[in-house]
Amino acid sequence: MSLRAVPILTLVLLLGPVLAGLAGTLAPAFGILPVIGRVEPGLDAFASLFGWPGLPAAMRLSLVAGLGSAVLSLGIVTLLVACWSGTPSFAAFRRLLSPLLSVPHAAAAFGLAFLIAPSGLIVRALSPWATGWTQPPDLLIVQDGAGLSLMAGLVVKEVPFLLLMTLAALGQADATRAEAVARSLGHDRPAAWLKAVFPRVYTQIRLPVLVVLAFSMTVVDVALILGPNTPPTLAVQIVRWMNDPDLAMRLQGAAAATLQLVLVIGALGLWWLGERVVARLGRAWVWSALRGAGGRATGAVALVLAGLTAAAVLAGLGVLAVWSVAGFWRFPELWPDAITLRNWMRHWPGVADALGDTVAIACVATAIALALAIGCLEAEHRHGLRMRARGHWLLYLPLLAPQVAFLPGVQTWMLILGVKGGVGAVVAVHVLFVFPYVFLSLGDPFRAWDSRQATVAQSLGAGPGRVLWTVRLPMLLAPVLTAAAVGLAVSVGQYLPTLLIGGGRVQTVTTEAVALASGGDRRAIGVWALVQTGLALLPFALAIGLPRLAWRNRKGMQHG
Amino acid sequence: MAEPGLMLEDLAITLDGHAMLRLSAHVRPGQVVSVMGPSGSGKSTLLAAIMGTLGAPFAVSGRVSLNGRDITRLPTEARGIGILFQDPLLFPHLSVGANLAFGLPRTVRGRDRAAAVEAALAEVGLAGFAGRDPATLSGGQRVRVALMRTLLAAPGALLLDEPFSSLDADRRAQIRTLVFDRARAAGLPVLLVTHDPQDAEAAGGEVLRLG
Repeated sequence: MSLRAVPILTLVLLLGPVLAGLAGTLAPAFGILPVIGRVEPGLDAFASLFGWPGLPAAMRLSLVAGLGSAVLSLGIVTLLVACWSGTPSFAAFRRLLSPLLSVPHAAAAFGLAFLIAPSGLIVRALSPWATGWTQPPDLLIVQDGAGLSLMAGLVVKEVPFLLLMTLAALGQADATRAEAVARSLGHDRPAAWLKAVFPRVYTQIRLPVLVVLAFSMTVVDVALILGPNTPPTLAVQIVRWMNDPDLAMRLQGAAAATLQLVLVIGALGLWWLGERVVARLGRAWVWSALRGAGGRATGAVALVLAGLTAAAVLAGLGVLAVWSVAGFWRFPELWPDAITLRNWMRHWPGVADALGDTVAIACVATAIALALAIGCLEAEHRHGLRMRARGHWLLYLPLLAPQVAFLPGVQTWMLILGVKGGVGAVVAVHVLFVFPYVFLSLGDPFRAWDSRQATVAQSLGAGPGRVLWTVRLPMLLAPVLTAAAVGLAVSVGQYLPTLLIGGGRVQTVTTEAVALASGGDRRAIGVWALVQTGLALLPFALAIGLPRLAWRNRKGMQHG
Repeated sequence: MAEPGLMLEDLAITLDGHAMLRLSAHVRPGQVVSVMGPSGSGKSTLLAAIMGTLGAPFAVSGRVSLNGRDITRLPTEARGIGILFQDPLLFPHLSVGANLAFGLPRTVRGRDRAAAVEAALAEVGLAGFAGRDPATLSGGQRVRVALMRTLLAAPGALLLDEPFSSLDADRRAQIRTLVFDRARAAGLPVLLVTHDPQDAEAAGGEVLRLG
């Protein structure tokens, strides 16, 4: 196959399922589902959807969780970078970034729940000496009706993601000098950064911010763990209807998915308006004589908030680890009475079963995504087939289009075409979500590679293939492995695609862990969530370690 | 008319349709032609056009031929033109020996390859360096390895893109002499791009000015 065809092939592979899936969602929503004999268009599905008493609350939850998480995450990241970039505390945060990023959403959500629940570690630490409680208080902290714990669970995971994107954008924004100029004109540190650097950085991180917004509105696994139950978020309710044994409920589920899609588009529009308003206010601020933005006080707030998000994830993992080896653990004791390996021994056979499929799916999906990404980037290098800004939007489409809106449609197509869900189908759908991250991770280092190296190699008689395999890829070993680690972590963390497209026949570590959410067996959750985290973290450790080992005798290869 | 050497016939480069430079030159075997001009005058673009690595938005017209063979449409690896950049650009993941063997023609086989590499190193006073990590070499040593790597590939012409500007002043003259001597000994036509009049003067050949 010609290399020129790879970018087109990739776009078809990415967009085909998304667009087909959306069509497969819209048709049943308007009454057409030939599999159960419905061919007459109609609005019955919407009528029964609007008859569901939980709908207003479910819609509100989706909007509040999405907009709240996006605003909070972006705010924390912006203030942190504005006040602290270039300082030692910032460098410490930066070192935590990769591990924080690779912790799967579900594991982070479980950890947070174990911290803040009425019988969680924080209440234990304060009881009974400060609170007087000898029993867990009867408070609805986790799964609260307002969706606050859900929002918290999303923010702790989106802050590292947006921070990574911001750091990548900073390099291209000439940030240090712009900030220095603004400070020399009398602005304090946050004001200088916000006025001189932020606008340039924001245009670069805009798509990731929108991804955070769309993702937070429609996430299912985190909502199952931290979101309310009666009613749940709209996304969770859609999954319930789509998995109903009564196929007719799919019409209602499809109508709800359509509504969810409209909600997301509406929220993106609202965000767009918000951008205009903030830009106008920002311009007024630049014109005004105000040169301060709270200076050190702002910095302190930013550091505390960002520190809390990191601490929540890390402490959450700690509590999960303790629960996984806890024997009897009375309230309000801070430490279990006994430490035992019995939980691990009891759950290990199940874990071992799920590990095989999880690893196989992640490896195959990542290998395909990596091959496509390298193909696209190499086509760009050889033939100048470079993605324009519009192409970038297309790349982000599988991340922007809510999974819960188009995956049911894909499921419907599989039903129509008689395709059985299984490991193969799950791999195919994982590629959709793995590829964009792999491509984004590999793109910058691949393009930054000094192409004079290729000219030298070619002038020595090497054809393009030999240059790629013997010069470029070996020199880019570290970023290629990092991209692979990102891909593996993304695949391991996928919940909804595995659940819906696997047709209940594919059990991964993530589907099993999330399924435990309703049961409340903390020891089991501890074991499964730790395994899930380990699976996502291990590739990152390898991506750092392997190049050092492979190039231990090559000093010139050890900086990157 | 199989004219020996490197011929540029009415070579013209346009950027987005605007004329950038136009040049004709004949570099005979063993001779050095210098191209001088301020930065931004398109010196490196000219070399990229001769190497065949210039893509959109640049467009090239005219003819490049080497020893009578038209190479204008050939891919870079089939042109038989060696190049030395400002940086030595040794492949950092390969040993010094593997760098030298990278371009050694397939006709040199088995033990002869190692022998050719060792001989090339000895020629520039680096005998026994084959197993070394390029990152452990000094700047001058790296340029010498880069030179021998290029020559071992048996090119038909040599392009020099300010290859001496990364060296300090006293090392500079010495390496410059080495490169010109080697190229002359191999009977290669050499096209030198530089902004340093001393380089052009040392080259001793015709000087073309851009910009």
